[in-house]
Amino acid sequence: MAIGLHDSTFTNPVIRWIDQRMPVFTMMQKEYGTFPTPRNFNYFWNFGALAMVTLMIMIATGIFLAMNYTPHTAYAFDSVERIMRDVNYGWLIRYVHMNGASMFFIVVYIHIWRGLYYGSYKAPRELLWILGVVIFLLMMATAFMGYVLPWGQMSFWGATVITNLFSAFPIVGEHIVTWLWGGFSVDNPTLNRFFSLHYLMPFVIAGVVFLHVAALHITGSNNPLGIDPKGPQDTLPFHPYYTVKDSVGLVVYFIVFAALVFFAPNYLGHPDNYIPANPLVTPAHIVPEWYFLPFYAILRAVPDKLGGVLLMFGSIAVLFILPWLDTSPVRSMRFRPIAKWALFAWLIAFFALMWAGGKPAEQPYVLISQIATAYYFAYFLIILPLLGRLERPLSLPESIALPVLRGGGPLPAGAVAKPMEKA
Amino acid sequence: MTVSLRGFRNLLGALAIGAATVLGTAPAQAAGEAIALPDTRFSFAGFFGTYDRGSLQRGFQVYKEVCAACHAMRQLSYRNLLEIGLSEAQVRAIAASFQVVDGPNDQGEMFERPARLSDRFRRPFPNEAAARAANNGAYPPDLSVMTKARHNGAVYVHALLTGYQDPPAGFTLMDGMNYNAYFPGHQIAMPNVLNPGQVEYADRTESTVDQMARDVTTFLAWAAEPEAEQRRAMGIRIILFLIILGGLTYAVKRKVWADVKH
Repeated sequence: MAIGLHDSTFTNPVIRWIDQRMPVFTMMQKEYGTFPTPRNFNYFWNFGALAMVTLMIMIATGIFLAMNYTPHTAYAFDSVERIMRDVNYGWLIRYVHMNGASMFFIVVYIHIWRGLYYGSYKAPRELLWILGVVIFLLMMATAFMGYVLPWGQMSFWGATVITNLFSAFPIVGEHIVTWLWGGFSVDNPTLNRFFSLHYLMPFVIAGVVFLHVAALHITGSNNPLGIDPKGPQDTLPFHPYYTVKDSVGLVVYFIVFAALVFFAPNYLGHPDNYIPANPLVTPAHIVPEWYFLPFYAILRAVPDKLGGVLLMFGSIAVLFILPWLDTSPVRSMRFRPIAKWALFAWLIAFFALMWAGGKPAEQPYVLISQIATAYYFAYFLIILPLLGRLERPLSLPESIALPVLRGGGPLPAGAVAKPMEKA
Repeated sequence: MTVSLRGFRNLLGALAIGAATVLGTAPAQAAGEAIALPDTRFSFAGFFGTYDRGSLQRGFQVYKEVCAACHAMRQLSYRNLLEIGLSEAQVRAIAASFQVVDGPNDQGEMFERPARLSDRFRRPFPNEAAARAANNGAYPPDLSVMTKARHNGAVYVHALLTGYQDPPAGFTLMDGMNYNAYFPGHQIAMPNVLNPGQVEYADRTESTVDQMARDVTTFLAWAAEPEAEQRRAMGIRIILFLIILGGLTYAVKRKVWADVKH
């Protein structure tokens, strides 16, 4: 081997020539070929790959939409209708993009739920988790700005309501809002910058996704048992075992996606967004897209505007410190008899918030939002810190392979609730 | 008024009086009462529905002879009418019956000419202010995507068109407003425009109010979602393909994992 060349194991002369100079094939082989992956994943572990595929679909469809979209208040609505009618398969591209946003959030919410249930946020994966929360935040900003672009009634009034949240901050609030708008109301400058940023942000997301995956490949994946692999008997090479398992999930996912796009493309949208934006006419109920409803409910649960805004941001911010709020060394909820039910109750609170967020800001919806908001925060700030000390976890299996190979029989006594060892 | 209004003013439209109440701007759902909409069984309903071509053509006739007096459909061009089963000669004749403004010519002046296939549907008013002025302050909304822009879509539009009634005792109508059983708040600026025999169908279908409402709603549903038939047909093929692909993928997965105990 010549000095300065990478020691490639590939035999194909072309691949070998490239790989010696730029070992991308070696890297792919290491990270996606032989990468040791816990052997006991369930189908919840599909959702990271599904999110990655959805991001690529969104960027691909978005590029074609941008070729035909006009970011101007006078033309935006009509340019979208032109895409729907006169651009070849424009309706398909737009409906995939529009419903792709919903599918993206469905996938990411399940991905986050997987992390919460199996303790994927715990050491040593804290930074991996934090990067995921950053992606989630960027997604929310991107989706919000994307929803403004068709310049329908909900686009305009959603943008007005959400940007106005910043006016709650004392002294600087009004200036922030003017700065966001690029003027003194939501208008053409706002639409222009939102379009620009909506095109930029997915590439920022892609960058953070790269970091997310890079961090994952240092710590390795968590698994449904939440215990670390102890050796080769606990893992399988990523390919072909998980490439094929992810493929099964991907096809099922595409069936759901296609059902939405082809048979109910406007089911998750709001009819008011097919009315062109009109600054003089306020819709009776301004509601955000479904995926923002839980946070919208938290916002409205507080009678004070600034308090509501802080609590809404806090509901995401608390996720950043979750790895340190959960004091239990046991990752998987399978072995946490009390925390498991506390987490299911949190899920119910999340859905209650989603439901109440779509209702008018009146009783009993406000009260339901307040109770659910209280529990949302209590789970993270009170229940998890305390349970780590109070709860007695079930016996952990000795290794991933052991309960599998012994057919899930009684576990050895030595495996009782021992703290996680670092990988 | 302007020349572009010539011959198109439906006198009924002038009956509409109202402060600034506009279809869709009145407090939608503010009344909060759940009103059961009449069952319609549209040809295009459901996952596999297609547009009844006869109904589409009759519906276009209702739009042209009644609705178009006040309501624009600016997203549609005359060429789109080829899709509802009319021949090119028919559509050219329909287009040519409308005068549209073109220009400027080489003298720098705008001029009128008969519409061509490529022209957008002629709008009844040159702008919103003119529309409001002609309708005593109310703005007849564009109908291009109307069935997508209301809850319950086509079913609601059909109900609205057939929902004109005398107000119940004790109900105070604002001056110039009309009572409609299905409009949110029940006060609508648009008057009842469909009366039995309002249009004379070429195919001798009896033009009852319900028939005209169904036909024009079918036309509006097509106008809002002209891709629906192609979309559904493609969807069926894609989902069938994905189900087969899913079965094959699962079989491969079983084979790959066959040697792993789990």
